[in-house]
Amino acid sequence: MRKQIEGSQAIAAAVQCCRPEVISCYPITPQTHIVETLSAKVKSGELENCEFINVESEFAALSVLIGASAAGARTYTATASQGLLYMAEAVYNASGMGFPIVMTIGNRAIGAPINIWNDHSDSMSMRDAGWVQLYAESNQEAVDLHIQAFRLAESLSLPVMVCVDGFVLTHAFEPVEIPSQAQVDSFLPSFDPVQVLDPENPISMGTMVGPNAFFEVRYLHHEKHLRALERIPTIAREFEKTFGRKAAGLAEGYFHEDAETIFVALGSMNGTIKDFVDLRRARGEKVGCIKLVSYRPFPSEVVRSLADSAQRVICVEKHLAPGTCGVVASEVRHALQHSGKQVQAVIGGIGGRPISLAALDGLWAERNRLDEPHFLGLNWEVIGSVLENQKKIRRSGPVAESVVKTVAEKGGFHGI
Amino acid sequence: MESKTVKFYQTGTFTVGNRLLSEEERHVQASAERTNSLNSGHRACQGCGEALGARYAIDAAMKATNGQLVAVNATGCLEVFSTPYPETAWQIPWLHSVFGNAPAVADGVAAALRVKGKKNIRVVAQGGDGGTVDIGFGCLSGMFERNADVLYICYDNEAYMNTGVQRSGATPPSARTATTQAVGVHPGNEFGVGKFLPRIAMAHRIPFVATASVANLHDLEEKVRKAIPIQGARYIHVFVPCPLGWGSLPQHTLKVARMAMESGLFPIFEAEYGKLTHSYKIRRQVKVEEYLRLQKRFAHILKEPATIGLLQKMADANIAEFNLMEEK
Ligand SMILES: Cc1ncc(C[n+]2csc(CCOP(=O)(O)OP(=O)(O)O)c2C)c(N)n1
Ligand code: SF4
Ligand SMILES: [Mg+2]
Repeated sequence: MRKQIEGSQAIAAAVQCCRPEVISCYPITPQTHIVETLSAKVKSGELENCEFINVESEFAALSVLIGASAAGARTYTATASQGLLYMAEAVYNASGMGFPIVMTIGNRAIGAPINIWNDHSDSMSMRDAGWVQLYAESNQEAVDLHIQAFRLAESLSLPVMVCVDGFVLTHAFEPVEIPSQAQVDSFLPSFDPVQVLDPENPISMGTMVGPNAFFEVRYLHHEKHLRALERIPTIAREFEKTFGRKAAGLAEGYFHEDAETIFVALGSMNGTIKDFVDLRRARGEKVGCIKLVSYRPFPSEVVRSLADSAQRVICVEKHLAPGTCGVVASEVRHALQHSGKQVQAVIGGIGGRPISLAALDGLWAERNRLDEPHFLGLNWEVIGSVLENQKKIRRSGPVAESVVKTVAEKGGFHGI
Repeated sequence: MESKTVKFYQTGTFTVGNRLLSEEERHVQASAERTNSLNSGHRACQGCGEALGARYAIDAAMKATNGQLVAVNATGCLEVFSTPYPETAWQIPWLHSVFGNAPAVADGVAAALRVKGKKNIRVVAQGGDGGTVDIGFGCLSGMFERNADVLYICYDNEAYMNTGVQRSGATPPSARTATTQAVGVHPGNEFGVGKFLPRIAMAHRIPFVATASVANLHDLEEKVRKAIPIQGARYIHVFVPCPLGWGSLPQHTLKVARMAMESGLFPIFEAEYGKLTHSYKIRRQVKVEEYLRLQKRFAHILKEPATIGLLQKMADANIAEFNLMEEK
């Protein structure tokens, strides 16, 4: 059914159709509407045969799901930002043991300084935690990815994060096709665990493993990701068959076939980038883009083939990794090694700073003169002034305060 | 089965165990049908109180549930000495996740079992004192507060043993550990710090809180038996000497535990919904000093009567608070 609906509500509706059996959550902006909605569905009985457990922390939320999944239940949680970091130890544990938990990340910046707006630094901080990571471009895609996520997770015994840009998607009202229960039931079989706590057949889970076997256990975790590279497109095709809607699979190209310059991006900014591509194409410029849906596993081969025609690949990433920068670009570069293509990292959209069409136009104008990495829309005047001040005064105080003051002194922030 | 205190003419203790009891009341361990849930072949040190306590507690839980039990374990000695594959010593479904989340993991298991309609399967979580009173405390308090259907058993050996005997929030004052060395003006662990978790558990007004000791294994079994069928959060805090960490002789584990109990240093009691219901009565109070003498972790205070006096005061205060003295 097509509905004008808030992203979070749409996600909750999709999760409901997946018949989770144990949900445990801890509130954090911008994830709250998802968990409030699910809680209401369980409380009212609309979502049957499901336990909603209110816990004291995200660490407990995921830990509850580890236990529930080990006992054979289908499990779901959602978090963001600080919450994801707070559960970090359990995040690694869940994937190490192979529990097919599905978790929504309402992507949000990580403090300090504390910031509730969107970027990808939260899920990126867990990029090596062994979970599959899928990024949604729109709320329709968020809905569709959640349904596929349960199927993928349970078929491989591997947890999946569905990353949804905070506010940009979670709080946006747009028309979304909400699948029917019957459709989801025909697509998603009930959970048949490969390991389960059962008194009739006692097993020990989570025991210590030494140097004699640990490496192999870890490799087999990696091997599941290799299988996910095959499984994700298969599931996407089956999704299309059942729901009559295209699913992007690992990655999706847009005007990529003959593109000389290709943008690569994760999540909702693909919408803006596609608009930009349309405008440039109208002027006859050979631009295209690749939407990376699956960041873990990283679909190197797909990227290689989608970027085949391009000489220049511009990776726009909402994550600033201090001391290196451009982690998506590094992986794209690795995928394209020996191809002679130029791979450019562009860091932007940090802490909710929008990546607008105007910003992309500016970037395009400068495309032959960009630093590596390029910081899209960074106010260099403010940076220069703050650094200058720090040189002069030893006790210059909190950096955040200096920056905020300097921005105001220089006339305020007016977007990019 | 109503519990009945049986006193023995010879010693006034319970050590004679089964002989004078009816079949019904005998130790689970005395039965050929015991499940050996924590089987032989694990790697605990000789005389390990934790291994002993866990064996009795879990076998009692197995008996009380008719074998329908799942156990969740925090990281710590018990987890490490009972696993590595392939020689896991557990004969029951058993799950270890991380150090500080056992109560939450157990809550999740219980929730899944409810959804799956397997209401007859009961869930036990277990951890050391560090995993319980320190790093797992948030999850434990949350589990209590939700009145989750979990029996949590803490094996208290009064320090982080698995990592080499460092101080925990359950380490007693003046005890030497690897992070409270026996040096300086106040050697060993400081006075006025630490916490006694059973009291905090009681403050959550959960249906059942009890302390127990390997000095009285029958009582431990009985408390587990009593706790198992209760719906909601239950907590049993078991005193388990650690010969390695305490510098006591392996053959003295029960003796050390008994002295902690008989001196009043470790009170044995039961509480329901936050109210004390039973306490173990001491017949003849043992001097704290006698308890301290058996353990190298207190060697540095044996010539410090003032310090011993402070510990004696703690024992006396426990006796008053938990009403531990037998009426004469
Ligand atoms: C998050 C985390 N911090 C620290 C450790 C290291 N660690 C493992 S077991 C342990 C001590 C366990 O002490 P306790 O809970 O009292 O159990 P015991 O070994 O004494 O039985 C520590 C500190 C860990 N595994 N995880
Ligand atoms: S160190 Fe202590 S608790 Fe650990 S196995 Fe040895 S005796 Fe038991
Ligand atoms: Mg300990």
